[in-house]
Amino acid sequence: MTSTATAIQRSDALLARRTPVAKIVFLALFTTSALFTRDVAALGFALVVTFLAAPLFGITPWGLLRRGWPALLGAATVVLSLALFAADRSGTVLVEFGPIVITSTVLGNALSLALRLLAIALPSILVFSTTDPTDLADSLIQHARVSPRFAIGALAAFRLVGLLGDEWRMIAMARRARGIDAGHNPVRWLRLFAGTAFGLLVGAIRRGTRLAVAMDARGFDSGLPRTVARPMPWRPADSLLVLTGALLAALIQLIAHR
Amino acid sequence: MITLEGYGWRHAGRRAWAVRGLDLRIERGERVLLLGPSGAGKSTLLHALAGLLPEDSGEAEGVRKVDAGHVGIVFQDPQSQLVMSRAGDEVAFGLENLGWSLDQVWPRVDEVLRQVGFGYERDRATDALSGGEQQRLVLAGALAPRPELLLLDEPTANLDPAGAALVRRALRDAVDADTTVVLIEHRIAEVLDLVTRVVVLEPGGGVRDDVPPHLLTGPLGAELAAAGVWVPGHPAPARHAANPPGDVLLSTRDLRVRHLSYPDVTIRAGEALAVTGPNGSGKSTLALALGGLLKPAAGEVRSPDGSPHRWRAHALAARIGSVFQNPEQQFVAATVRDELALGGTPTSRVDELLTRLRLDHLAGANPFTLSGGEARRLSVATALAARPRLLILDEPTFGQDRRTWIELVDLLAALRDDGHGVVTVTHDPDVVTALADRVLDLGRSS
Repeated sequence: MTSTATAIQRSDALLARRTPVAKIVFLALFTTSALFTRDVAALGFALVVTFLAAPLFGITPWGLLRRGWPALLGAATVVLSLALFAADRSGTVLVEFGPIVITSTVLGNALSLALRLLAIALPSILVFSTTDPTDLADSLIQHARVSPRFAIGALAAFRLVGLLGDEWRMIAMARRARGIDAGHNPVRWLRLFAGTAFGLLVGAIRRGTRLAVAMDARGFDSGLPRTVARPMPWRPADSLLVLTGALLAALIQLIAHR
Repeated sequence: MITLEGYGWRHAGRRAWAVRGLDLRIERGERVLLLGPSGAGKSTLLHALAGLLPEDSGEAEGVRKVDAGHVGIVFQDPQSQLVMSRAGDEVAFGLENLGWSLDQVWPRVDEVLRQVGFGYERDRATDALSGGEQQRLVLAGALAPRPELLLLDEPTANLDPAGAALVRRALRDAVDADTTVVLIEHRIAEVLDLVTRVVVLEPGGGVRDDVPPHLLTGPLGAELAAAGVWVPGHPAPARHAANPPGDVLLSTRDLRVRHLSYPDVTIRAGEALAVTGPNGSGKSTLALALGGLLKPAAGEVRSPDGSPHRWRAHALAARIGSVFQNPEQQFVAATVRDELALGGTPTSRVDELLTRLRLDHLAGANPFTLSGGEARRLSVATALAARPRLLILDEPTFGQDRRTWIELVDLLAALRDDGHGVVTVTHDPDVVTALADRVLDLGRSS
């Protein structure tokens, strides 16, 4: 949780500084199109576009790979497990090694699944790692007519989430100090885990309640019309980004159904 | 500005009234210090004045009239008051809520940040600030909409002395002369020159005294000190060791934890060691490493029985008791009695601890419903349950009134004189004066 929160960088790169709502609409169009595609060439195209676009978000292709390592790991796991366990083993046999039979169908399916995973995960990393949460809340209020009660409330909660990791470590240490540990017993480990989680929950609710009172005291959600201290104009470039998203989505479908 | 006539409030589900029978008038521009022992209803009164007691959360009686355009309030803990992740946005938040127009918001933000002496850019991340800086930012947020009434609920109780001084200076410099201020504070010596009037609440209900600040030095001062208020000129009694220290319980050599290096420490039986130093000097981290809860990055923590961080939890609890800054993090059971009985403490030992720490009348209560002083006593009792010889406490006197403070120091002194080793991490200078036989100052030595 903390790692994603601290990984956000405010960048002046061409696409990074686009309005958050425009970036999210772009992302939604692009990844939805990828989600409904099984064609390897189309998904490959989507990935090439993603890596070419990375510098426009202020992230080098190498940096994108580094940030996206869990997705890469996931993709590798998909290929490996499908190669070993896939039920449909039709098509040309490529490799035969004892019980392991890798056919063209198996490889095609595995590759398509892995590429789909990457074509959804990597663009999301591009967009969200260059979007400041405060800017996102502002943009949601101004461009998507999301209620400030929800957007600012979620933003404040997000700030508290960053504190939960430290809180968890403190509670775990406090329990050890009380003489409670699990040793090698899985049942006790599970009970300890549940107990720690409950302690975390109690603490989070208390802190959340106090924050809500403090926000009330400063006139939040009091029924007065709220002004916006950080106006965020919607520029032609934002419309262009959304349009590009639609275009790329269509292109992916065209390649898939060529 | 404020008129209370026979005012009372009872929280839903409670038998006792939090405040009752209160008659009080406060005029525009007055600076009122609100005093009273724990449980006298000071915080409840402040919430009532701020309009933060929803009608469905309890029962009110009498008259409460607050004639103020906008009311600002500052609580103890800055972490649970900050809303935004950037300093400027934090101050602007309240102005947005009140519908200030854009061309007024940012000039006012800059002005109020300057007034409270906030030394950073608007873009500064609020998480990167120290506690004292965060609390100054919270104060700036409360002052930005130019409140006619400013309410302060122990705004410096969670801060180290340097941070508390920053906040007091900001209060002195940034509050307009015609702003009415109502302040709750246990440590009154430092704030007496900020106020024009002192109101003392009676725990049973009503106002006990209503005097100008200079009268606190007379017999009233002695009476208040006895009732649990920190009054200047009434220092806490000292409790130093009567006997020389005994055998070594724990020692460190070339210790490094996370990225902090520490001087070598030796802790002996029958001795109270105070660890001091400014925020960020690694006091709490040292306490965790000494308590066998954090693994050293280099060097070692040694006891005659080995390295504490390698022990199983039950062995650790029988040798070293750790008391955390926030007692609630250590509570795991549904009642005070179960909390002490955890891990197979014999019933006789549980009863002994309940009596000794005056918790016997609370044996059936839920630990999370205890008052600050009671929760602190329970956390000390739980650390003592398995009879460890060494006790390590992190800021045990945080936010305690004078009476619970003296009880706690007496208890720690008695434990030390029984042959326990006592390590106290603290930035409370009175603990150092009253209890410590030896001081390790991390600010100076590293």
